[in-house]
Amino acid sequence: MSNSVIIGQYVPGQSLVHRLDPRLKMIMVFLFIIFIFLANSWMSYLVLTLFALLSVVTTRIAPSFVIKGLKPVWFLIIFTFILHLIVTKEGDILFSIWNFDVYSGALWKGLEISLRFFLLILMTTLLTLTTTPISITDAIESLFQPLKRIRFPVHELALMMSISLRFIPTLMQETDKISKAQASRGVDFRTGTIKERLKAVVPLLVPLFVSAFKRAEELAMAMEARGYKGGEGRTKFRELKLKPMDVWIFILFIIVLITFWILRT
Amino acid sequence: MDILFENVSHIYQKNTPFEFKALEEVSFHIPAGSFAAIIGHTGSGKSTLIQHFNGLLKPTSGHIRMGDFNITAEKKVKDIMDLRKRVGVVFQYPEHQLFEETVEKDIQFGPKNFGLSQDKIDSRLPEVLKSVNLPEGLLSRSPFDLSGGQMRRVAIAGVLMMSPDLLVLDEPTAGLDPRGQKEMMDMFSRVHKETQRTTILVTHSMEDALKYADYVFIMNHGKLVMEGTPLEVFQKEEALNQVGLAVPEVIKFLHAFESRFGQSIPFKGQSIQELAKEMTEIVRRGVKDE
Repeated sequence: MSNSVIIGQYVPGQSLVHRLDPRLKMIMVFLFIIFIFLANSWMSYLVLTLFALLSVVTTRIAPSFVIKGLKPVWFLIIFTFILHLIVTKEGDILFSIWNFDVYSGALWKGLEISLRFFLLILMTTLLTLTTTPISITDAIESLFQPLKRIRFPVHELALMMSISLRFIPTLMQETDKISKAQASRGVDFRTGTIKERLKAVVPLLVPLFVSAFKRAEELAMAMEARGYKGGEGRTKFRELKLKPMDVWIFILFIIVLITFWILRT
Repeated sequence: MDILFENVSHIYQKNTPFEFKALEEVSFHIPAGSFAAIIGHTGSGKSTLIQHFNGLLKPTSGHIRMGDFNITAEKKVKDIMDLRKRVGVVFQYPEHQLFEETVEKDIQFGPKNFGLSQDKIDSRLPEVLKSVNLPEGLLSRSPFDLSGGQMRRVAIAGVLMMSPDLLVLDEPTAGLDPRGQKEMMDMFSRVHKETQRTTILVTHSMEDALKYADYVFIMNHGKLVMEGTPLEVFQKEEALNQVGLAVPEVIKFLHAFESRFGQSIPFKGQSIQELAKEMTEIVRRGVKDE
């Protein structure tokens, strides 16, 4: 089982962020991401960072856990920062290491891009940490409803998404199970040349595909047996309704964005 | 293979909100050559436990000795391949692990990984096929063309080919019809007796544990709650009920018999016919006395 990657893993909770309407949450994250790329002054970045940190605190998920979950992307953030230091040649020379000049522009740009990256990943991680995959799909289905007019298959797409999401843990379990079974039969996934390791994947992939196809067939059969025939006339068990609290939080968010806009240069 | 567990605990996803204690301070000893049964509900930690036998999982704390191999949290297991060669694990639904083009290749897959010579494989194959009751004609077929029961036999053959010192069976009869279940268990019992290897059976079935095992371990919520010979353990009806398990039908019937006729028949592993005889005698005597 993977212990470090938590992107896309829901942590149950009852916090304000958890209870926020998933549609609003997605719109807010989406707007936030756009605004990250519009930021251009220290103050505007400060507003966004403060808002992001406030969101982390409100979720009541241990910050150490969130940070640990960002582990896989730390590398990317640091890598872009260093790349900027090397490549960008703007502004004044700050200092030199072994004939290599570090420009002030590079430092600023590097910090800027790393911060953007960090905020982007942090907010999307928070979204998936506090929202069950099923409510994300519900939200997408509801938000894309207008596209139905141009015959865009919204319901089918949402169904596909929820089915894939539903089966990710199942497939992970299955992978875990089969890789353990094959390891018991002497397959070594960890050592050996690249060619050997690629070969070791075959005993894993074949059974995995076989069972995935079997599962798909069974699911289709079960859905038909229960009278599923597409989204037409289908009512919802979990209906999304805006609560007063959702509206208040959204207004607060808009105020933050306005402040941000004023602080831009 | 002599097995010794000392205060073994296993915690999944430690230090996260998903932390889960699957095993708690489990200690036991299984002497070489015995047929042990591990019984418990779903989620009692049985599956986690058996993954420790061949080093798929390492204990979070505690110490395990499998024959000459030592498994602890800190150290990497030396010669893990050697351990896995000597501990054959038949997982639940082992037919899900088949992948080769032919039955023959799939049976040879494990032994080849463990470096068995082709000569040895060829000489062992007929014997293994016989013990799992698979006709040689199937060898060139694709494993995916076979019936579920046959597929399972192929997977088991692949494990038996290594002639492991310890055979671990995780609910080997799940999903088989009653006749297939009996055949499967009789086969494992025969293999166990013929080769004198250690066998560990993980099961839900009290009947199987009573019939085949010399020693029984009962697990509940990651803890070992009872152990003893089947006859000892299965007399403790109340304690078993507390962990959500029922005593085998035979013993339940004998208890009912006792409360009805006031005569107890101690259970010593008699067959149904023998018990029926004892009962008729008791009942006849009762009739004469009156």
